[in-house]
Amino acid sequence: MRVDGKGLIDRSQPVTFRFDGTAYRGFAGDTLASALLANDVRHVARSFKYHRPRGILTAGSEEPNALMTIGRGASADPNVRATVQELFEGLEARSQNSWPSLGFDLLSVNDLAAPFLGAGFYYKTFMWPRVFWEKVYEPFIRRAAGLGALSGEQDADHYEKAYAFCDVLVIGAGPAGLMAAWTAAQSGVRVILADEDSRMGGRLNAETLAIDGASGADWAARMVSELAAMDNVRLMPRTTVTGAHDGGTFGALERVSHHSNGVPKGGVKETFWRIVAKRSVLAAGAIERHVAFRNNDRPGVMAASAVRAYLNRFGVSPGKAVTVFANNDDAHRTAMDLQDAGVHVAAVIDSRRDAQAMGDYRLMSSAMVSDGHGRRGLEAISVRTASGVEKIATDCLAVSGGWNPTVHMTCHMNGRPTWQDDIASFVPTPGAIPGMDTAGACNGSFATAACLAEGAAAAMRSLEALGATSTEVAVPEADDSAYKIEPLWAVPGNGRAWLDFQNDVSVKDVKQAAQENFASVEHMKRYTTQGMATDQGKNSNVAALAVLADATGRGIPETGTTTFRPPYSPVALAALGAGAQGKGFAPERKTTSHAATVAAGAPMIEAGLWYRPSYYPLPDETTWRQSCDREVGWVRNTVGICDVSTLGKIDIQGPDAAQLLDFVYTNMFSTLKENRVRYGLMLREDGFVMDDGTTARLGPNHYVMTTTTAAAGQVMRHLEFVTQALRPDWDVRIMSVTEQWAQFAVAGPKARTLLNGLLDHSIDDDQWPFMSCGTVGVQGVEGRLFRISFSGEHAYEIAVPSRFGDSLFRLLVARAEALGGGAYGMEALNVLRIEKGFITHAEIDGRVTAQDIGMERMLSKKKDFIGATMARRPGLTEDGRAQLVGLKPAGAVKQLTAGAHIYSDGEEPMHEHDQGYVTSVGFSPTLGHYVGLGFVRDGLIRHGDVLNMVDHVRGIQTRVELCDPVFFDPEGGRTRG
Amino acid sequence: MAELMAKTPLDDMPPRGIGSCTLEEIDLGALTSISPYAGAQIDAPFKAAHGMAWPAPNRATGKAGARAIWFGRDVSLLAGPKPDPKLAEYAALTDQSDAWTAVALSGDRVEDVLARLVPLDLSVAQFKRGHTARSQIQHMNASVTRIGTDRFLLMVFRSMAGTLLHDLERAMASVASRG
Repeated sequence: MRVDGKGLIDRSQPVTFRFDGTAYRGFAGDTLASALLANDVRHVARSFKYHRPRGILTAGSEEPNALMTIGRGASADPNVRATVQELFEGLEARSQNSWPSLGFDLLSVNDLAAPFLGAGFYYKTFMWPRVFWEKVYEPFIRRAAGLGALSGEQDADHYEKAYAFCDVLVIGAGPAGLMAAWTAAQSGVRVILADEDSRMGGRLNAETLAIDGASGADWAARMVSELAAMDNVRLMPRTTVTGAHDGGTFGALERVSHHSNGVPKGGVKETFWRIVAKRSVLAAGAIERHVAFRNNDRPGVMAASAVRAYLNRFGVSPGKAVTVFANNDDAHRTAMDLQDAGVHVAAVIDSRRDAQAMGDYRLMSSAMVSDGHGRRGLEAISVRTASGVEKIATDCLAVSGGWNPTVHMTCHMNGRPTWQDDIASFVPTPGAIPGMDTAGACNGSFATAACLAEGAAAAMRSLEALGATSTEVAVPEADDSAYKIEPLWAVPGNGRAWLDFQNDVSVKDVKQAAQENFASVEHMKRYTTQGMATDQGKNSNVAALAVLADATGRGIPETGTTTFRPPYSPVALAALGAGAQGKGFAPERKTTSHAATVAAGAPMIEAGLWYRPSYYPLPDETTWRQSCDREVGWVRNTVGICDVSTLGKIDIQGPDAAQLLDFVYTNMFSTLKENRVRYGLMLREDGFVMDDGTTARLGPNHYVMTTTTAAAGQVMRHLEFVTQALRPDWDVRIMSVTEQWAQFAVAGPKARTLLNGLLDHSIDDDQWPFMSCGTVGVQGVEGRLFRISFSGEHAYEIAVPSRFGDSLFRLLVARAEALGGGAYGMEALNVLRIEKGFITHAEIDGRVTAQDIGMERMLSKKKDFIGATMARRPGLTEDGRAQLVGLKPAGAVKQLTAGAHIYSDGEEPMHEHDQGYVTSVGFSPTLGHYVGLGFVRDGLIRHGDVLNMVDHVRGIQTRVELCDPVFFDPEGGRTRG
Repeated sequence: MAELMAKTPLDDMPPRGIGSCTLEEIDLGALTSISPYAGAQIDAPFKAAHGMAWPAPNRATGKAGARAIWFGRDVSLLAGPKPDPKLAEYAALTDQSDAWTAVALSGDRVEDVLARLVPLDLSVAQFKRGHTARSQIQHMNASVTRIGTDRFLLMVFRSMAGTLLHDLERAMASVASRG
């Protein structure tokens, strides 16, 4: 119910929202949780395993129960904590994990079967029979498990990543954080203040404590507005710092659009920040812990601090007759705040013998709550005192078992927290994160005065470390009352007393784990699943290990904690993978002929990041094979044009350029004459083939190397390594010019006819023999011409600066068409090169040697080169290696398929009888049958053998004859002629 | 005789404004990578030839129309004039005029836009006018130079012009949507 005169909400701005289809009203400034409580909606969820009715437990990001799906369709978000979801007009929330409805949930039978479903139940039950696991058990468990579900539709919302830099990062904007940011900011250093809440101030917004005589919330608001006005301060509200990583880098998730109805146009739902900070101050506060007792999970049982937060910040009382159960003084403030606001406090139950009432309410000291009554909402509690059990009517029980400092971030780099006895909690171990200071409640200092002082002191230490001049800042006056706690983890008694609400782990489960010798805290965690839900046990970890410590007879410090890992609170994968949706996945590299090619209707295929045409269909063609066959025919009979700009081109200059080439290629390049091109083979250091290509000599100390499209980056990196690490003494400079030149193959018997008339000066065989190169004028533009061939035809590659690429491509194609040819794509290029036995990375896949591909002669014996020694290893030179062969059909079945394997006659087509495999195939319109390349054991000496090709995937078996890989024009007359 | 028509990487795209930022394709003129040979003293001849200092690492010299931009280990990019052929005695000169997409991004929130794409501290205190870096723009290898108070020169491979446009427009829209 709403309480008049309380809260920081804007009552002039009513907001309508729906929960499970019912319309409710709240106000601007509400969270979904506070608005539900204001409407007396207490039962909001079903628990994960036993489907027990659950209500709102907390008022922060640690909430284990109130997980909901917000929104509809593709942009719906499951597992949103109602306690952090800001209310907006039209918000639609749905409960999760219940069927058919929240009120009547069929799987709540699990709760009745609970005696059989305790910790270790899965491991013991689903062991037998073994085949049942995959077919029966796992599908069943999967159906029952999980909380909210994704829509299954593509998420249309955008997410982004961003980078931020600062001198001091302050994590948390409560009293300690605000004071730290304020102090640091005075010196002029760059400060980022990040807080997960929409409203900065932390507990100051949830308490009635005064600072310097004013209300804490007002003080916080004033500090925030003053910080916001400073140029050197960046405030990041709604931003959860999720992890502390190496080098002062922090991950942080900003919820950009969750508080509005839909993502604004062009905007993003979330931003995942990487914040690099020279220093950091952790002021993350503390999380109130629960006490385990029977049925302590009834809707209406809440954290005492949360009850105060709902009252003081949101003007909501979660009950009409509230009881408080505590083991410390701090929680008594809940009773006082409620009474001040006119809410009836039925009783305060305090487990401590010497507890004192701090106001005019009924105090029961040395008493414990032993049971909660009312299945879908708390109706009464049983209180055990020395004189017996008393039942007290109440609809809200505010529980405090003390506070756990939020030490999580200090443990993200493998640090362990330190146990502090007087507050019965773990506190950060100093120095656990380089450059990080801790302040306030996360440091175990709970009084407001101490938080303010520690915040200022931590900032001063940061400034000192930065060498910045610091200004002494006055620390305001504030509450300094003592906390006074006596540990109470679990109330003894029968029945299930809950520790981990999100994974339904009870005290009994933890004890059973210990009994079954899962006694280390890490084993207990995995056996019971305590702390393994999305809240990572924020409410339950310390209590669970205290129970474990008790069960095993060890102390809490000896028992230790499990490992805290990032993220501090859940991060959507969409945020982590932000920017990689759709076209953001990888850069698209487009050639200069792209527009003309797409306009011609060519389907594009990806070659690395490049887009290349598959084939250029004509209107009457219905299959790609028709187009491919035609394009092959053009090159063999007239002339074809193909964009080959994607091949790597590397400019090599300097006095030692030739030496470098001799060193990286297996064959000799220092003997290459100017204006000539040579084919070269490159090995990796380990002796296997890395790449092949041609290198042209353009001048005395000037070469241009071409690489394959696939290995362009790899070869560039290799050359960088060789010149920087292996031979830094050589005076040679390398530079990629792949992007500078648009280069086109002009291939076919009419290639020269096409070029003559296009080039400023005509060419002939004498000036431009096979493997020549040089500068040419192309319609007045200086270009380069290379007489090289990847098709086996009389062919050239012509290059112009890329700005002219589009224009030259169109011109070349028009001229080719006039001669009866035209543009050809990758399919035809592939068939042409297979007919000639030319290799690509389908063959040189990183596992083959020069000998394997029949190029042993290219391993020069006159010089050293990279890979020379390792290429002579026995394993690389001995008999029995798979070697390159040509393959052609030799039986009734005529089809060859790449990826198929080769077997001998009479042998089962099984792995152990494998003779080799097929790497490339194509239908040769020139020869009228399929041609293929492959690797077969000792293939170089087995030409003529007939074996069986078996494609297990496609179900094809073909008799194949091994042959020379050069199927067409083996003498090469067409290339030279 | 037919004539070869020149086309810019973004095909003379008109300037695009989203929010308070503007993106425009710019013609830097001739681009030449200059990589001094071992032991070559290029500073003086470079200054004599082109009237600007040879840039130190992570720095750019000159002004609009003629700049020298540090471009990586042992290499700078001369942008604007064609290189003095005499420099070939000192360094490997390679024409890169057509290899790069060059855009200028400007506006009072330009740093916010780039913070979504470039993993560097580009705040004016750290990255002043005349500072340059080889870094990334989202997934692309890039050259980033501050050429004005609120103005950056961004360069990526020519073939990636479309992706550059996509990534920058997405980031500009995101910043603009925050109001």
